Amino acid sequence: MVEHLLEPLGYGFMQRGLLASVLVAMVCGALGSFVVLKRLAFIGDALAHASFGGVALAFVLGLNVYAGAFVFALATALGIGALSQHGKVRSDTAIGVLFSGTFALGIVIISSVENYTTDLFGYLFGDVLSITARDLLAISLAGTAVIVLLGLFYRQLLFVAFDPAVAAASGVPARALEYLLLGLLGVTIVAALQAVGIVLVVALLVTPSATAYLFCRRFHHMILASMGIGCLSALVGIYLSYYLNVASGASIILVSTALFFVVLGGRALLRRTGGWRSGPFRGYHSA
Amino acid sequence: MEKALEVRDLTVVYGGRAALEGAELELPRGAMLGVVGPNGGGKSTLLKAVLGIVPLARGEVRVLGRRLDRRSRRLVGYVPQREDVDWDFPVSAFDVVMMGRVPSMGLLRRPSERDRRLVWEALEAVGMAGLAGKRIGEFSGGQQQRIFLARALAQEAEVLLLDEPVSGVDAPSQHEIFDLLHRLQERGKTIVVTTHDLSCVAERFDLALLLNRRVIACGPPAEVFVPELLNETYQSHLMILRVGGRTVAVETDRPGGGGG
Repeated sequence: MVEHLLEPLGYGFMQRGLLASVLVAMVCGALGSFVVLKRLAFIGDALAHASFGGVALAFVLGLNVYAGAFVFALATALGIGALSQHGKVRSDTAIGVLFSGTFALGIVIISSVENYTTDLFGYLFGDVLSITARDLLAISLAGTAVIVLLGLFYRQLLFVAFDPAVAAASGVPARALEYLLLGLLGVTIVAALQAVGIVLVVALLVTPSATAYLFCRRFHHMILASMGIGCLSALVGIYLSYYLNVASGASIILVSTALFFVVLGGRALLRRTGGWRSGPFRGYHSA
Repeated sequence: MEKALEVRDLTVVYGGRAALEGAELELPRGAMLGVVGPNGGGKSTLLKAVLGIVPLARGEVRVLGRRLDRRSRRLVGYVPQREDVDWDFPVSAFDVVMMGRVPSMGLLRRPSERDRRLVWEALEAVGMAGLAGKRIGEFSGGQQQRIFLARALAQEAEVLLLDEPVSGVDAPSQHEIFDLLHRLQERGKTIVVTTHDLSCVAERFDLALLLNRRVIACGPPAEVFVPELLNETYQSHLMILRVGGRTVAVETDRPGGGGG
C-alpha cells in the first residue's frame, strides 16, 4: 500500500502535479463557498471560457499565457457588469454573449495556427503533469494572494454576501467588495487552468463547496470543509489518473463529484433514520 | 430639541417615473412612526432613500444633525423585507448579529471584548440569547425579525428603519415585535416602520405617515386616519366603511374594491 502511494512521488512531474492540484483545489474550495452561495457558478464558468481567448492570443504573440488569460477574464467580468448595469441586458444574457464571444475568438486564433493546437488543448482540458517549477511558483503566489485577501476581508465579504442591502446601508463598501470577489474569482480560475482546464474549472469551484454546504451549519465551517474536500479530491484524483492512466483534471473532478453524491446519499439515509439533526435545506422549505 | 431624523425634498426616480417625490419628514428622538400607503406607493423606497442605498434625484437626509457618511451611517439600523434575504445561508443567529459590528471593525481586527459584549447584549434585548447558535433559516419569521433587530442594536444604531417587519408573521409574534419596539423606544431609539396594518398603527404608534409617492399627511394617527386623507392616499385601493360609529379601512387589490 505504502509502495503504491510512494511510487508516483519518485517522478518530479508527479510531485509538482500533486502539489499544484492540491493548492488549486484548496483555493477553489475557499472561494467556492462564496460562488455557491452567491450563485456565481455561471459567471465563474464564463470567466474560465473567456480566458481561453486570452490564452490563445498571448500564445500566438509569444506573451505570458497566464497574463493573457487573466486580462481576458477580468475584462469579461467588468464587461458583464457594465452591460447588465444599464438594465437593457439581463446579466445572464450578458454572460452568455460575452463568454461565447471571447471563447470563439480563442478557437479562431488557434485554428489559424494549427501546429500549436495540441499545446493549447492542454489549457482546455488541463494537463497538471506538465506543470513546471515556474508554473508551480506562480500558482502558489496567486493562491496565497487569494487566501490572504479572503482572510483579510472575510467578515466584510460574508456580510455583503448574506445581506448586501444592509451591508451597504451600514457603511460597508458593498460594490467594491463585490468587484474584489470577481477579481479573486479571475485570479483563481487562471491559477486553476493548467490543473483542471478551462472546461472543468467551474466544477472545482462548485462541487467541493456544494458538498460542504450539505453538512455545514456555519460559513467558516463550510469554507474549511470545502478546502478539505477539494484537497482530498485532488489527491485521490491524481493517484487514480496515475494508476488508471487517464486524464488528471477529469479524474479529480470525478472524485469530487462522487464525494458529493456519497454525502448527499448519506444525508438522505441519516435523515430517514432520524439521525440528521437539521440540514441546510430545511430552511429552504420553511422560508 | 434634537432631531433624530430630518428628510428634505427627498426624490427618487425609477425609469423616468418618480417613485418618491419631495418627501419631507422630521422626527424627534424617541418617536415611533408608522408609514402606511398602497403597494407601489414608495414605502420601501422611502426607507432605502433615507439609507442612501438607492440613487437620489434630489434631497437631503440628516441623522442626529449629521449628513450621511460612512461613519454616521452606523447610526441608522435597517431591517429589510424578508424577501430580500437569503435564509439558506449557513450563518447562526450570533453570526448575523456580529455582522452589525463589521462596519466599525478594522480590517485585520478580530472581534474585541466590546464587540462580543454588544452582540450578546443585543441578543439578550430581543430575547434570542439562548438560541444564538442556531442557523438563521431554522427560526420562525418573527424570531428572524428579532435577530435582525438585534443586529441593528449591535451596530449601536439610534434610528431603526424596519420594512414590513410583521408581514407573514403570526399574530402573537407581531405583538412580541411591537412590545420589543416599545421597549426600544423607551430607551430613546427612534423607530420607523412600514406596514399594511392601519389598525396596528392606530393603536400602537405615536405618529403615522400616509405615503403615496408623496407625503399625504404626517401626524398622530387619530388626526391623519380620517376618510379624506385615507381616500387621497389609497385612492380606489381602500374602502372606507363606517361600522357602528367606527371608521374601518379595508385595503383592496383591485381598484374599485370588491377584492376584500
